[in-house]
Amino acid sequence: MTAVLDGTAAAGAADARTLTYAEAVREALGQAMAEDERVLLMGEDVGVYGGAFGVSGDLFHRFGPERVVDTPISELGFVGAGVGAAMAGLRPVVEIQFSDFTCQAMDQIVNQAAKIHFMLGGAAHVPMVLRAPGGSGTGAAGQHSQSLEAWFAHTPGLKVVMPATAADAKGLLLSAIDDPDPVVVLEHKLLYKASGPVPEEAVRVPLGVAAVPRRGGDLTMVATGVMVGRCLEAAERLAGEGVSASVVDVRTLSPFDAPTVLREVEATGRALLVQEAPRHVGFMAEVAARIVESDAVYRLRAPVARLCGLDTPIPYAPQLERAVVPQVDDVVAAAVRLAGVG
Amino acid sequence: MPEPPRPPLSGDRATGLATLRTLWTVRRFEEAVDDLFARGMMHGTMHLSIGQEASATGVCSALREDDLIASTHRGHGHCIAKGAELVPMMAELLAKDTGYCRGRGGSMHIADAARGNLGANGIVGGGVPIAVGAALAQQRLRTGRVAVSFFGDGATNEGAFHEAANLAAIWKLPVVLVCENNKYGMSFSTERSMAVATIAERAAAYGFPGVRVDGNDVDAVHAAATEAVARARAGEGPTLLECVTYRWKGHSKSDKNLYRTREEIEEWRALDPVTRFERRLVEACPGVGEEDVAAVRDAVRDAVRDAVRQAMAAPDADPADLLGDLPAAVFWQPVGTDARREGVAR
Ligand SMILES: Cc1ncc(C[n+]2csc(CCOP(=O)(O)OP(=O)(O)O)c2C)c(N)n1
Repeated sequence: MTAVLDGTAAAGAADARTLTYAEAVREALGQAMAEDERVLLMGEDVGVYGGAFGVSGDLFHRFGPERVVDTPISELGFVGAGVGAAMAGLRPVVEIQFSDFTCQAMDQIVNQAAKIHFMLGGAAHVPMVLRAPGGSGTGAAGQHSQSLEAWFAHTPGLKVVMPATAADAKGLLLSAIDDPDPVVVLEHKLLYKASGPVPEEAVRVPLGVAAVPRRGGDLTMVATGVMVGRCLEAAERLAGEGVSASVVDVRTLSPFDAPTVLREVEATGRALLVQEAPRHVGFMAEVAARIVESDAVYRLRAPVARLCGLDTPIPYAPQLERAVVPQVDDVVAAAVRLAGVG
Repeated sequence: MPEPPRPPLSGDRATGLATLRTLWTVRRFEEAVDDLFARGMMHGTMHLSIGQEASATGVCSALREDDLIASTHRGHGHCIAKGAELVPMMAELLAKDTGYCRGRGGSMHIADAARGNLGANGIVGGGVPIAVGAALAQQRLRTGRVAVSFFGDGATNEGAFHEAANLAAIWKLPVVLVCENNKYGMSFSTERSMAVATIAERAAAYGFPGVRVDGNDVDAVHAAATEAVARARAGEGPTLLECVTYRWKGHSKSDKNLYRTREEIEEWRALDPVTRFERRLVEACPGVGEEDVAAVRDAVRDAVRDAVRQAMAAPDADPADLLGDLPAAVFWQPVGTDARREGVAR
């Protein structure tokens, strides 16, 4: 399969049906495993249990325990085993149950997987995919709700992907599995049940290409993960108030598709950067810097604005959790304010 | 200094009834939580320890009030057995401002620092090094206190457990490592997740005793814990105590129980640690009759009901003072461009 979908996400693909994001990930895994015997899924409760979020579902019954491998609760051990297996001939997709538990495995991810290709002078590759659900919104509190993408995006040698739609969850994962280098795929636990059109074929969405699901003239919202949908919803409401907004879905944080983001920001002259993660030293700080160090800065009609999670851990109480992370109302308010400047 | 040997919890009326009260409180508290959850009145996720009440109760009853514990995601029982009050505990789970963690922690992070509970932990194995560190502090400060780490069988496959166990051993720390072996780490059984037969034998790798007990027998747990605590207090170092038990409920609310059989669950339900202790009291404890155990049950039922009522009536956790509990450094904020923060601050 070499079909490739670029630019905007799967909208328009002729054979698209509706799947949930979780089903789309499962379909990608199933197709990759059917295509290539070296691909295997490894992680906690991925077997009979079907995955903590139901992602692996029936894969265990389809492919058996050698291809869908239950691991003990030993993140450093099995991520490291994934690194070694990838170097030595397999194409492991390693699932971390919640992205927060990458902390346990950080040495293998940051000090080992990310650097091996470089440090061995290009003589070896680590074709491993690390899938991990991130984000808040389920009342799971501080140790199960974080958005850690900036850690990974800050590490040279890692590719980092955050699919925001079901189609991208499938297409980006397939590209990640093809990729010769380690790719961290940060899924969002709130999106698993969201559905959208997904092509039946194993259509790849290339790594490193942002999507522009909506175009408008007054401002450009740049978003990642679950915030993409919130921005689209906000843009819909803003249209009713006479404000027309573009939405850029970054999709791949590393490598970062700066040209698309800059082009879209130049087109409107106003940038609202939206992320769930805390603001301080977050990914959108990088996006802001890219804008102001490029010629796009001369096209700005207003200062770059950021709407981020508060710089706190994620609290348990639902009303606190909502207050910590940008909601659609917050996006609308920030956009209205920005659209009124300049 | 070694403590004098203690009689079994079922040996005298007052201790026996107090122990029964703790067992029933853990059970009834969690049943209430389960119910609130099912009715959509409680948020987040829950890990119930129903069926495992004897380990929390037996271990904590071997501790002094000022000893320390570090708990797990399945930590309601540890919290109650260490003396927590039901109202702020329930309030925490109900996302109230009067909860032990002011609504920031919830079930999985319940803590009661004032009574030496350093906190439940959402990270499997995350509390073991913390308990070891707490024991280091007691050793250096010569307080005579001990620390207990509670964790599951699954946690013993984490690096954190092994590294912490080794530190406790080489520094001869006053710590007791209590494994509640309920046979599963989520869906993965100990038969498949480890190549050794027992958790207790893992202690041999670090050079301290490993003891395996019937974790559904609160007297047996208490006796073994008492000995381990005495060793710890006497400066003889850690013990690994494996309490063999079972969780009746799923791992959490979303567990479909595909990995274990109904028969297995039934077998273990027959070994109910609470009614088993109750029977022992009635049959063997001097001065305890059916009416005494019935009175304990009634009192616990009322206490839990009352806690739910009071907690429900308490004020909700307030987003307006969300930033009140963080170190000053994280307040660093530039002014101007973040509309939402200004909105929240207003
Ligand atoms: C580091 C880490 N990995 C995985 C998880 C997800 N998880 C939470 S509880 C659990 C099972 C823990 O099993 P065990 O230690 O035996 O305790 P039990 O649940 O049986 O009480 C898992 C896999 C986690 N919270 N932290």
